[in-house]
Amino acid sequence: MHRSNCCKNWWIGRVYRFYRDGFRQMTVGRQLWAMILIKLAIIFLIFKLFFFPDILRSDYSTDAQRAQAVRSSLINP
Amino acid sequence: MDNLMSVVDWSRAQFALTAMYHWLFVPLTLGISVIVAIMETIYVRTKSAKWLEITKFWMLLFGINFAVGVATGIILEFEFGTNWSNYSWFVGDIFGAPLAIEGIVAFFMESTFIAVMFFGWNKVSPRFHLAATWLTAIGASLSALWILIANAWMQYPVGMKFDPAQMRNVMDSFTEVVFSPVAMHKFFHAVADGWVVGAVFVVGVSCWFLWKKRRRNFALSSIKVAGWVGLAGMIVTLWTGDGSAVDVARVQPMKLAAMEGLYRGGCGQSIVAAGILNPDYDGKDGSDEFICALRIPKALSLLATHSADSFVPGINDLIDGIELTPQGDTIWHESYAERIAIGKQAHKALRAYDAAYAVADTAAMAKAAAELESNYKYFGYGYLDSPHEAVPPVGLTFYSFHIMVICGGYLMVLFVAVLWLVYKRKALLEKPWVLWIGMLSIPVVWICSECGWITAEVGRQPWIIEGLMPAKAAISNITSATVMTTFWMFAVVFTALLAAEICIMLKQISIGSKKEDTKD
Repeated sequence: MHRSNCCKNWWIGRVYRFYRDGFRQMTVGRQLWAMILIKLAIIFLIFKLFFFPDILRSDYSTDAQRAQAVRSSLINP
Repeated sequence: MDNLMSVVDWSRAQFALTAMYHWLFVPLTLGISVIVAIMETIYVRTKSAKWLEITKFWMLLFGINFAVGVATGIILEFEFGTNWSNYSWFVGDIFGAPLAIEGIVAFFMESTFIAVMFFGWNKVSPRFHLAATWLTAIGASLSALWILIANAWMQYPVGMKFDPAQMRNVMDSFTEVVFSPVAMHKFFHAVADGWVVGAVFVVGVSCWFLWKKRRRNFALSSIKVAGWVGLAGMIVTLWTGDGSAVDVARVQPMKLAAMEGLYRGGCGQSIVAAGILNPDYDGKDGSDEFICALRIPKALSLLATHSADSFVPGINDLIDGIELTPQGDTIWHESYAERIAIGKQAHKALRAYDAAYAVADTAAMAKAAAELESNYKYFGYGYLDSPHEAVPPVGLTFYSFHIMVICGGYLMVLFVAVLWLVYKRKALLEKPWVLWIGMLSIPVVWICSECGWITAEVGRQPWIIEGLMPAKAAISNITSATVMTTFWMFAVVFTALLAAEICIMLKQISIGSKKEDTKD
């Protein structure tokens, strides 16, 4: 009981309940959140992971190597 | 080379596709958030149940658009790392810093205050809720600010120094980058464009309510707010558009020449208000650039330089390096052939630097770096094989610019008419033809907005960074097949998202229209 009262006055608890109640009372929002999560999954778990590597980061381990790669590419177009 | 061009073309097409889809959502977010904030301000001041309901309805449509549009811009950043790796390295922290600030601002301001907007009714005080709504609107605009600063730097690279060791442009003046006139005009132009998009959307949907003979009071009140926001947006758009025209004339004169289909300029240059380009025109003097054109005397000189008799160069003048004075004298500038030669000197210096760097010959590195610095202004021209490669696609630039201007003129008239009708001639807002004009203006405003971006981005080709890097040098060593695959994947995903947004919005608009009007 004492712990619960502390929590009630604690701002993190208030923020938590604010969001929790907000999410529970959503109507159209549920549909929109489903869409956001599906979209983020497609963007980060499919597009980013399989189709959009950061080429310089994945091919070279240091900034000096990356700079050399870009220099070579730009002086030998 | 064929494969290279194909990769460049597909990568550009992919970037254009993602940017244009992203820009379907962004201006509506910018505009409708301001409109909702004004509506809620009226509610807080009047305590009117009607205005509370109006605020909540448009806030819901804002939320739908925000949810569908959020994160669509992240894909553009993926493309930088994969398709445009030379470019993303070359721009260094100049591009990275504004984008990082944008991410922080967007995350903390928008996500925090949007939660208060939607979850906070009856949980926080009306004034706190109103503050959250305004901060959401301001946060959205601040996000746009950083993106537009990054874009403006590509059009007008300032505040940096090139470091050949890092192969990056290093920012040496944050204020020059942030307060560049190109960035400022671009920011206010784009944000005001968002107000116009939001306003037309509200007017169009309200006209649908009236056409369906539903919620007349609700619709008329919404039109009043949207009409004023739209008119203010158009005035700011015109003002900043004028500033942008002066910027373009000064820092991207080739883009201005393409926007006007102007091959040979002159003093007191006329503007083409509307016209059809001659598809057979080969750029040589003596033949007509236009099949037909409606011209306004001296207007281009006036708009470009704020002086009716000043010289505005055409495409051929720029290539030849010619400027005429009002007295008829010729001033010679660097021709594009000379710029290409200077660019190739810069490349030679970079090769010398590379050779010296490999053997750690610091004296030779310093000498090559100094040579590179003195020729760096035209570094990008060294990648061109002929001066004509520096000419953007004239047809697309010309038509997109003129469609934007004509649509903008129409929208100005629309807002003046809407305000006149809603205050003085309400009866006319029952005529179906008037309401259909309001509804059909919704696609017009998006066409206008997208054409603005096409003008800005196609008009600066072949440059990805003006004068410093053409698109063909910015590309990664990847195959066109990879880019084609992801292009079509994006097309499918974004089209599905757009269809979902339209369906959810139409459903909510329909539900909202069937409620009873609330009394004041």
